[in-house]
Amino acid sequence: MTTPDLVSPAQADDLAPALGAGARRRHRFGRVLQDVVGGVIVLWGAATLTFLAVHLMPGNPAVAYAGGVGSHPSKALLAAVSKKYGLDHPVIVQYFIYLGNLLHGDLGYSASQQMPVASVIKLNVAPTAELTLGSLLLAWLLAVVWSLLTVRRGRIISSIGSGLEILTAAVPQYWLGIILLEVFAFHLGIFPATGGTGLVGLVLPSLTLAIPIAGFLGQVTREEFESALEQPYITSARARGMGDWGVRLRHALRHAVLPGVTLSGWALGSLISGAVIVESLFSRNGLGNVLLQGVTQQDMPLTIGVVLIVAVVYVVATIAVDILYQLVDPRLRSAGQ
Amino acid sequence: MTVVNAPSVDKQPGQARQRGRARRLTPGVVLAWLVIAFLAISVAFPGLLAHQGPLAVDPAHALQGPSLSHLFGTDQSGRDVFSRVVYGARESLPIGIAATAIGLAIAIILGFAAALGGRWADAVISRFLEVLFAFPSLLLGLLFVAMFGAGVGSLIIAVGIGSAPGYARMIRGQVIAVKHAPYVEAARILGHSRLRIMVGSIFPNAMRPLLVLGTLGIGQSIVWASALSFLGLGAAPPAPEWGAMLAAGRDFISSAWWLEFFPGAVIVATALAATALGRHLQRRMEGRLAS
Amino acid sequence: MTATTHDSNLLTATDLRVSFGSGDAAREVVRGISFGVRPGECLAIVGQSGSGKSVTARTLLGLAGDGAQVSGGLNFDGQDLTSLRERQWRAIRGVRIGFILQDALVSLDSVRPVGREIAEPLRLHRYGPRSARWRRVIELLDQVGVPEPEMRARQLPGELSGGLRQRALIATAIALDPQLLIADEPTTALDVTIQAQILGLLAQSKQRGRALIVISHDLAVVARLADRVAVMRDGLIVEQGPTQDVLGRPQHAYTRALLDAIPSSHSRGTRLSPADAPALRVAPVRKATVQEAAAPAPLLTADGLVKRYKGPDGKVRTVVDDVSFQLGPGETLGVVGESGSGKTTTGRIVLAVTKPDRGEVRLHGRPWTGISEAQRRPRRRYIGVVYQDPLSSFDPRWTVQRILSDALPAEAGGAAARTARIRELLHQVGLGDDLLDRRPLLLSGGQRQRVAIARALAPEPEIIVCDEPVSALDVSIQAQVLDLFADLQDQLGLSYIFISHDLGVIHHMSDRVLVMTGGRIVEQGDAEQVFGNPQHPYTERLLAALPKVDALSPAGLAGRPHPTTPRREPALERSA
Repeated sequence: MTTPDLVSPAQADDLAPALGAGARRRHRFGRVLQDVVGGVIVLWGAATLTFLAVHLMPGNPAVAYAGGVGSHPSKALLAAVSKKYGLDHPVIVQYFIYLGNLLHGDLGYSASQQMPVASVIKLNVAPTAELTLGSLLLAWLLAVVWSLLTVRRGRIISSIGSGLEILTAAVPQYWLGIILLEVFAFHLGIFPATGGTGLVGLVLPSLTLAIPIAGFLGQVTREEFESALEQPYITSARARGMGDWGVRLRHALRHAVLPGVTLSGWALGSLISGAVIVESLFSRNGLGNVLLQGVTQQDMPLTIGVVLIVAVVYVVATIAVDILYQLVDPRLRSAGQ
Repeated sequence: MTVVNAPSVDKQPGQARQRGRARRLTPGVVLAWLVIAFLAISVAFPGLLAHQGPLAVDPAHALQGPSLSHLFGTDQSGRDVFSRVVYGARESLPIGIAATAIGLAIAIILGFAAALGGRWADAVISRFLEVLFAFPSLLLGLLFVAMFGAGVGSLIIAVGIGSAPGYARMIRGQVIAVKHAPYVEAARILGHSRLRIMVGSIFPNAMRPLLVLGTLGIGQSIVWASALSFLGLGAAPPAPEWGAMLAAGRDFISSAWWLEFFPGAVIVATALAATALGRHLQRRMEGRLAS
Repeated sequence: MTATTHDSNLLTATDLRVSFGSGDAAREVVRGISFGVRPGECLAIVGQSGSGKSVTARTLLGLAGDGAQVSGGLNFDGQDLTSLRERQWRAIRGVRIGFILQDALVSLDSVRPVGREIAEPLRLHRYGPRSARWRRVIELLDQVGVPEPEMRARQLPGELSGGLRQRALIATAIALDPQLLIADEPTTALDVTIQAQILGLLAQSKQRGRALIVISHDLAVVARLADRVAVMRDGLIVEQGPTQDVLGRPQHAYTRALLDAIPSSHSRGTRLSPADAPALRVAPVRKATVQEAAAPAPLLTADGLVKRYKGPDGKVRTVVDDVSFQLGPGETLGVVGESGSGKTTTGRIVLAVTKPDRGEVRLHGRPWTGISEAQRRPRRRYIGVVYQDPLSSFDPRWTVQRILSDALPAEAGGAAARTARIRELLHQVGLGDDLLDRRPLLLSGGQRQRVAIARALAPEPEIIVCDEPVSALDVSIQAQVLDLFADLQDQLGLSYIFISHDLGVIHHMSDRVLVMTGGRIVEQGDAEQVFGNPQHPYTERLLAALPKVDALSPAGLAGRPHPTTPRREPALERSA
């Protein structure tokens, strides 16, 4: 390998022990700080993008801010909106007014819901959080158990294992939801079709969201699992007298879940997308349902409000995942590269 | 580290075998080709497969289950679901292909500009992509629909824009990897000009994965586009677009399962065929070209 | 062939066969070998890649792999191993037979502290309570010579240097003091000085009365450790016996070829590969004298080169520190050093792909590094490169023809002239036209390196920088490629900057040598002088650590000169 001396791992190794615990902690803190600064920049970009969206869409921005053409805003309302968003000022001033409003937590007024956007979000955030986080956990559980059971278990079982993952990863949530509804709600009558309270009502929607994600995480985990099981450290462990389950659980698993962990932030975003579909399909309250109404009625303040909240969630999730990753992978806790 | 690699094998049986495996058609790939053939005929000669028009109503035979005369059953107006699925390929496939093309076009511009445009261009574009990543693809699409209203045109652009950030990041990574590849350095040491290296080595190698990316992407685009149609934001209901058919069938979900099952199954089959084919292409490429 | 089936053997293999796959696709990788090892004895199994030596090692632990069929006799301490079930195997592995793999970086779990890895066999085989296990871990680390064991035990493998890591790996294998220790390439990928320490550690275990089986591709490495040597090729043992006999009086032609292929002090000026190997000419090819005339004007001069990099921790490290040298026409300058010595960076500065922070390189007496790329480009054809890994240096889409055509200068003429020149280049490196349409992926390692050399020759350079060009090759292939380099120099009057960690290769190839460590040149001079009479303690240490086939008791090695007094006689004899 003609790696330049710069990235020589041998040198990096030699450096590592030299760093004391204090330096490591500082390094770790620096990393989180970097994440937070990056996150703020991303959110600023997201806010800018939504501002551009309102001003790039056809028609008068005042109408958009007032709730869209469909809501037939009155002259008085339009005037009030123009004043609030400073629409008679140059665009750059409007931009700062817009950012200022966001910073104060003022997301505008939703014409379709007849209340401030912030209140709409507050009312609907809990059920969606419940659904998406529950689904994420469920997806991980399914993916890990499935990999543990089927990776490298002879050709037939392994093929079934990976085949099912590919299949489930390709199944669209809307269709999967319909099938689950048909089978478990209408046919077998085990779970309620719509609404439902508590855990029972959460089962079908969570499964609908979790199964495709599990298929995706499963594919990534399987690939890593397979390559981990071929690594020399596995042979070493087996040569010490460790059994098959031992090397799977104690050695390979941790390596196998690492890339999946990085994808969890992405997965959460995908779950929120899915929530739009699932909440509509199962007639559940939540941000997804509200967002769909906003989009259908071209209620820009509501649409933008929800989209920005999702961006915040995404950014927070990414930072959380990065911290989690450092916990799972001790290599990053030490000096790191 | 002057790694002394474990002495490399001086024959190449492993690679040759892998190559053989990549060339061989697995049942999955054969199945994928069959699905693609079915879709191709549906687009080119739908009359060969469907014996009714997609919009021909027959109220006397409304909401009938699958039978020999109506393979996939009939809908609330007595239209033959099988015929609608066949004709639907003409609506859904172009949407998926056009959306993927738009997504890839945006991504190629952004990806190449970031990778080759110097530090500042890379910093700005990478940040921009990060911002786009903060909006999950469906949400980016929804925002676009909110701006420009529902309809097939905005559906295509919405899905294209939604998928662009993912492609762009991959292309950027690929271009950077190629840029730093030892063979590019070797070309430099031979005294080739920047332009020659760019055109002769970097560009073609960086574009190599695009075929795979596009194939995989078409399946995804069709799924996303039908999701938007399913939510009532794409093609309008009487049209035989697959997602729109699903949306229309929702009212009969408890009584006529075939209205939802078959259009959805075709979407899944299409997506799986595209995935299987994309992976097959990828393996073939790796078997032939990868280092 | 003397198969030892002795009662005193701890382990005896008789007609051992291992095959993979079934039916038509079945491949027999080990094809009926017999050997044995006694307590306190070391058996070395030596062979090149694909010889079946590693599979043999794994078979002794029941880890030959999924779908491996093992037949023949395998007796360990009176117990028949071939009929063991997985559960019974687990009671033997780690307790009675220990296993050490090559390269601890990947053989230890990178996310677990080394202490936990060492404690693992203890835990698995129920060695006392947790606290006792921990005490044993510290004791073991101390035993294998790891300083500050308490602290090291808590570190991850990636935080340890290569040598400490390999010691920790050995600690995992000897944790329960097994009767038999199997080491598969235990020192490959380690620098020579560390290699010597690890071999010493293994020798200790032998002295404690434990049996040892060492698997290696390197005859020199096993020479000082092994009591007996078995040479494997294509799944068979072609020769085995006491080390002195096998290395000193090899009976089998293959063993002799392997020994001859090892580049070292006394191989200077001779061919390494047998005469019937693909080559241009059979006649001795190298100039036998060191330097004929008084040094002519140097082709290339490097003056006070300095290169600094910012490490991941923000600390600036000087990778190349005040390096100066000259390269004359037709001369080979060897650059030798361990990993991190700065030799690769020095090579990259000469190639003008890395910019020095201070100092400059001049080519033909004119500035080379201090000028713009546009100014340099027309002169780039004078310096070519050959890397360690040729495959990654080829555009993966291109055939051999396209690779070579791309390297030809524009003035090479029309299509016909270019094709003729490409064929000529291929012949020059000992390859046939039939490879023209092949992609490098489908070539063997040796063929790839020959194509890489042909590419470097295409623009008719005067200098070729060779960065570890033979390190990834088996010793017999390595010998052919080294011979090729020598032939080409003879024919074309090329100058080489030959970078390698391998002192034997450097000694074999070089007219003059630079010894580098920590970015600095510690010794520089005529190859004979540097190797024969090292002035700097670092060079002395390197040479002392170098494993040599002839480092054995002189009695067993008739006819081979003593390593510390290299002479040129053998070379002269052959060239006469």
